[in-house]
Amino acid sequence: MMSMFERKIKKQIGILLILAAFWGVIDFMIKGGIINPYYELNLILIGINIILAVSLNLINGFNGQFSIGHAGFMAVGAYGAAMITLKAHLPFAIALLFGALLAGICGILVGLPTLRLRGDYLAIATLGFGEIIRGLIVNIDYIGGAYGLSGIPKLANWTWIFWLTVLTVLVISNFVNSTHGRATISIRENEIAAEAMGINTTKYKVMAFTIGSLFAGLAGGLHAHYFYTIQPNTFNFLKSFDILVMVVLGGQGSITGSIIAAIALTILSASLQKLAALRLVIYALLLIVVMLFRPQGLMGTKEFSFSMFSKKSKDKEGKQHGTAIGQ
Amino acid sequence: MALLSVNDLSISFGGLKAVSDFNLKLQKNDLAGLIGPNGAGKTTVFNMLTGVYLPSAGDIQLDGKSLVGLKPYQINHRGVARTFQNIRLFSDLTVIDNLKIAYHSHAKYGLFGAICRLPGFYSGEKEMHEKSMELLKIFKLDHKYGELAKNLPYGEQRRLEIARAMATQPRLLLLDEPAAGMNPQETHELMGLIRWIREEFDLTILLIEHDMSLVMGVCENIFVLDYGQIIAVGTPDEIRNNRRVIEAYLGEEAS
Repeated sequence: MMSMFERKIKKQIGILLILAAFWGVIDFMIKGGIINPYYELNLILIGINIILAVSLNLINGFNGQFSIGHAGFMAVGAYGAAMITLKAHLPFAIALLFGALLAGICGILVGLPTLRLRGDYLAIATLGFGEIIRGLIVNIDYIGGAYGLSGIPKLANWTWIFWLTVLTVLVISNFVNSTHGRATISIRENEIAAEAMGINTTKYKVMAFTIGSLFAGLAGGLHAHYFYTIQPNTFNFLKSFDILVMVVLGGQGSITGSIIAAIALTILSASLQKLAALRLVIYALLLIVVMLFRPQGLMGTKEFSFSMFSKKSKDKEGKQHGTAIGQ
Repeated sequence: MALLSVNDLSISFGGLKAVSDFNLKLQKNDLAGLIGPNGAGKTTVFNMLTGVYLPSAGDIQLDGKSLVGLKPYQINHRGVARTFQNIRLFSDLTVIDNLKIAYHSHAKYGLFGAICRLPGFYSGEKEMHEKSMELLKIFKLDHKYGELAKNLPYGEQRRLEIARAMATQPRLLLLDEPAAGMNPQETHELMGLIRWIREEFDLTILLIEHDMSLVMGVCENIFVLDYGQIIAVGTPDEIRNNRRVIEAYLGEEAS
């Protein structure tokens, strides 16, 4: 038993070293000017989008609760964190933590009443929540109203965003690949059976929703402290849909799928920037094509792992919810 | 004292009285059957026993404690597990994950341990895996542990559902038509399995079934339900010769 634990630790240290090397190389290239600010911006966006997509996937993909108000939680985190650094002048880490916790609390408050609803009803309710948050922000002058908040110190950088993205993926994949994650997934599979098998479905729905919201808040805090300024309109329902598209495209119920989709769509929308109006057409066409040929998304519910290639049939157990990430 | 005692249980849906004044007593280690024509209210009784429906009147007591008003998962924690008439597996998950989910309430590690991957997580997971495999072996599904539940043949899906119910470690097992869709050979094996798990796990079993060979073969006590009311209680022989039962349900075939 102990040796298994030690083996896992060794593997984790290995993964950590690879990640550290990747971070170091990119960090060196950013500081040395090899990666220009435009590419750096896109790296940052990729990180934030991965956090958003993976956290929404926990709610939509793994728990099967169709939420489209993720940008609302991001807004809560962004404004919450910005308040801490702007008005209270506290350190960045505390600001991020505060923003995330605030979004998490909103998650509980919104989740408790709305998670009784199913399918499209829940979608409408969460959409409504997102718009309510935006409406509230617009009408509170203390936090900038419709003009938004500016002058937020630029405290987020590649290091913060990279490691917090890693942390998000790690926490969510550890959660999903545990008995709590299985309880969460069982609700997606068959809620009545889950309840009959002793799963407190309300608790796990609210838990998934809260963890998802918490990380959306974290992404919001990072966003606010990278772009100096935040406006209520940044977090409108189109932003929620952007995140949703990443989740659906990557595969609802696949963490690696969300990561791949977040990277691909961020790069795609950046490279289509020059085409202006045509950008949206190409973007939409791509989505239609993927949905026609792979309605379950790029990865389905499977996870990408290198063991997929080496011992395809041997390890059947990890097949469904792959154990590739962060273990 | 009876393990399960149901007193004057009734439920109405609008103006329809689906079950009225239903009484049932099960002693520890009983193996009883609940039969009746289609629409008699058998599954409704199960749904009240497991908290899916809230009865309009009456009481359900398990070991002297009332179950009325508890949520299904709480009733499961008290020691009642069930299967469903129309199979409700976690069909896109593997066979073993189906069982591990049922073991969830007995998991030995918490949320923090899972997210931080503390040593307790690995030992807890290992234990759940081993227990699930043991149970799968009993139900002869261990060689299919990595298959998706939806890819199993029908009879095996039924067996998996019983195995999953057993993984919650119940005292009382409710089986809703366990032999539905099984061929005679599978039904015969199922009878042996039901008898065996009752002895092995010191279990009390109540089952709904239309397959009379199974009901008459394994049940020691049979309750007959018609139009929401108990019309007869007795041993298989008594039920077989009961005039009201024959009229209501078995028809000429049994007389």
